[in-house]
Amino acid sequence: MSIKERLSGNEAVAIAIKQINPDVMAAFPITPSTEIPQHVSTFIANGEIDTEFIPVESEHSSMSACIGSQAAGARSMTATSSCGLALMFEMLYIAASLRLPITMPVVNRALSGPININADHSDSMGARDAGWIQMYAENAQEAYDNLIQAVRIGEHKDVLLPVMTCQDGFITSHAVENIEILEDEKVKDFVGEYKAEKFLLHKTDNMSMGPYDTSAYYMEHKYQQAVGMENARKAIEDVAADFAAMSGRKYDYIEKYKMDDADFAIVIIGSSAGTAKDAIDELRHEGVKAGLVKIRVYRPFPEQEIADALSGVKVVGIMDKSEGYSNNGGPMGAEVKAALYGNGRNIKAVKFVYGLGGRDVKIESIREVFDNLIEVEKTGNVPAHYQYIGLRR
Amino acid sequence: MAYNFKEQMSKPERLSGGHRLCAGCGAGIAVRGVLRALKEEDKAVIAGATGCLEVSTCLYPYSAWNDSFIHSAFENAGATISGAETAYRAMKKRGKLDDNYKFIAFGGDGGTYDIGFQSLSGAMERGHDIVYVCYDNGAYMNTGTQRSSGTPMYAQTTTSAVGTHSPGKLQQGKNLTEIIAAHNVAYVGQTTYLSNFKDLQSKAEKAIYTQGACFLNILSPCPRGWRYEAADIMEICKMAVDTCTWPMYEVQDNKWTLNYKPKNKLPVEDYLRPQGRFKHLFTKENEHLIHEIQVATDQNWERLLEKCEA
Repeated sequence: MSIKERLSGNEAVAIAIKQINPDVMAAFPITPSTEIPQHVSTFIANGEIDTEFIPVESEHSSMSACIGSQAAGARSMTATSSCGLALMFEMLYIAASLRLPITMPVVNRALSGPININADHSDSMGARDAGWIQMYAENAQEAYDNLIQAVRIGEHKDVLLPVMTCQDGFITSHAVENIEILEDEKVKDFVGEYKAEKFLLHKTDNMSMGPYDTSAYYMEHKYQQAVGMENARKAIEDVAADFAAMSGRKYDYIEKYKMDDADFAIVIIGSSAGTAKDAIDELRHEGVKAGLVKIRVYRPFPEQEIADALSGVKVVGIMDKSEGYSNNGGPMGAEVKAALYGNGRNIKAVKFVYGLGGRDVKIESIREVFDNLIEVEKTGNVPAHYQYIGLRR
Repeated sequence: MAYNFKEQMSKPERLSGGHRLCAGCGAGIAVRGVLRALKEEDKAVIAGATGCLEVSTCLYPYSAWNDSFIHSAFENAGATISGAETAYRAMKKRGKLDDNYKFIAFGGDGGTYDIGFQSLSGAMERGHDIVYVCYDNGAYMNTGTQRSSGTPMYAQTTTSAVGTHSPGKLQQGKNLTEIIAAHNVAYVGQTTYLSNFKDLQSKAEKAIYTQGACFLNILSPCPRGWRYEAADIMEICKMAVDTCTWPMYEVQDNKWTLNYKPKNKLPVEDYLRPQGRFKHLFTKENEHLIHEIQVATDQNWERLLEKCEA
C-alpha cells in the first residue's frame, strides 16, 4: 500500500533520495534546489540514512566529487539549479563520457543575467547536449517517480549514463501537493544495490579513467556514448513497466492529453502542462478540438513518438520555456519541428517562447496560444518567426 | 627505520617507465618520490589535474599508473580525490570492500595555485584523508610556459614576456604552502630534490600516513620552461634551497619546522644564473632587479625563520 502524503516537489525528491540511500551525496546550495541537500543532511544527522555527505565549496566541485565517488564505485547524487548547473557545465560532459550513472535532481530556474530565481528551462536546456539523460516532471509526484526510475535507467549495463530529473522551480519544488509515496522497502528493492563492473576501488583490477584521447580513438568513444543513449530508450521503457507494476503509475516518453481527435495541439514540458490541461478542458467545452503533448523524456529525444502523436493535427504550437537566441525560437521548437519534417508530416507549426524567469503562465496564456493556432488555420499563414507569449510591450 | 637510499630506489615502481614526460622532467621525479613512501601492501587511488603529468602518463590506450588513476579536468583534482576518498569511506562502512587505500592527487602549479585553488581549498578545509601534491614548476608548462601565480618575480614566460617595456613577471610568486598551512590541515610540507631524497621521502611518508588532509609542495624544475641543461636538475634544486629561494620546511600540529638551513646562504644570482628564464636580468641595467629579488627572498626567509623558531 502506498502512502498518501502532502509534499512539495523538493520534499518529495528528498524522500526519494532517503529511500534510495545513495552511498555519497555532494551538494552546494542554490535556490530553489537548496532544500534537497538540506533535507538529506537532516536525514543523515538523525541517523535515518547513512549516506556520506560532502558539503563542497561549489557546484563545479559537487559534480567533480560525484565523478570521483561514482568512478570509485559508489552510487552518487547531487542536486542543483540554474547557475549551479551552468558552473558544472564542463563536468557534465566529463561525467557522461566517463560513463558514470550519477543521478541529479535539477530544479529548473532561469539562468543569469539578469539574476532571477524563478522557473524557466534555460538551465537544463543549455545542458541538453551534454550526454545526460533528461527527464522532466509536471508535478511533485512525477519528480518523485522520475528520480526513482532514473537510478535504474542510468545504471543499466547497456546505458551507463548520468541522468538529470528536472522539475520547475518554486511552482513544483515549493508548492505542496497531494502525492503518493512508496514504502521504503519497495524503493530499496526497486533500485537494488549499485554494483559497478569497473571502478577505481576494484579488488583486483586497478584501472585508469579519463585518459588523454587522441583523434585515433576520440570519435569511437563519442559514438559509444551515443549507443548508450540509444540503448537508454529500451531501458526507459522497461523501467517504466516495472515501475507501473509496482506503483500503478504509468509513464512514457511523452504524455498525450486529448490527442485522439485533436485539431490543435501544443507541445510543452514541465509544470505548465497542468495549466494547459485546464485550458484545453475549457476549449473542449467550447467545441475546440484542443490537445496536448507533454514531453517527459527530452534526452533521448522521442522524435517518433512526438511525430506520431501529432500526425492528425492541423496546427501545432511548440512551447519553449527558454530562449535559443538563434533568432529561430527555443531548442524544443527546433527539435520538434525537425521531428515533424523528418517524419514527413506537413503540419503547420508555430513556435512560442513563454514563462521566462517565472513569468506567470495562466489558463489565459495557453488560450492565447490556441487562439494563435486557430488563426493560422483560418488564414493559412504560418508565422515564419517565433512569438513571445505573456510579454509586456 | 633508517633511510636507505639504495633500498628505496630498488622498490618496485608504481609509475612505470615509458611514459612521455620530457627527459629530466621534475614532475615524474615528484610522483615516483611520493609513491615510494607508500607501503607496498597499501593500495592507492591517484587523481591527476590536467597538465603535463596527466597527458604524458595516461594516453589512451596506455597508462603508466600501476595504481588506479583518475583524471577528470584541470581545476578539480581536489574535489575529484575528495569524492573518491568519500566513496571509500562509504563503501567500507557498508562492508563493500576491505582493502586499505590511500588517496593522492597530483597537480602542477597552474592546476593548484590558480585554476584548482578553490577546489583544493575546499578539500583541505573539509579534512578528507588525502594527500594533495603540487609539482610546482612555476608556470603553465603544458600549454607552453605561461605565467602562473607561482611563477617567481622577473621570470620570463610567454605571458610575462620580456621586452623593452617589461622585465618579465612583475609579481612575486604566491606562497601557497603557507596559505594551505593557514587551513590548519593535518600536515603541510615543502620540499624539492636534494641529495639522497631523504627529505622528500620523509615528508611523503608523513603526508600519506597522517590522518586527514595533507599537502606537499614540491619544487619540480622544468628544463624546457626554465631553460637549463636537463642533467643539471639536482644542482638547480640545491641552489633553490641554498639561496633560500625555496626553503624546506613542514607544518604539523601548528608547529613550523625548518628541515634544512644552508650553512652558507648563497646569493640569489647563483640560482638565477643557470636558468634561461632569468637571462635578461644579467645585464648592467637590470642589476637592480636582481637586488629586488634578493631583498624579497631575504624578507621571506626571515619571516619563515621567525615562524620556525617561535
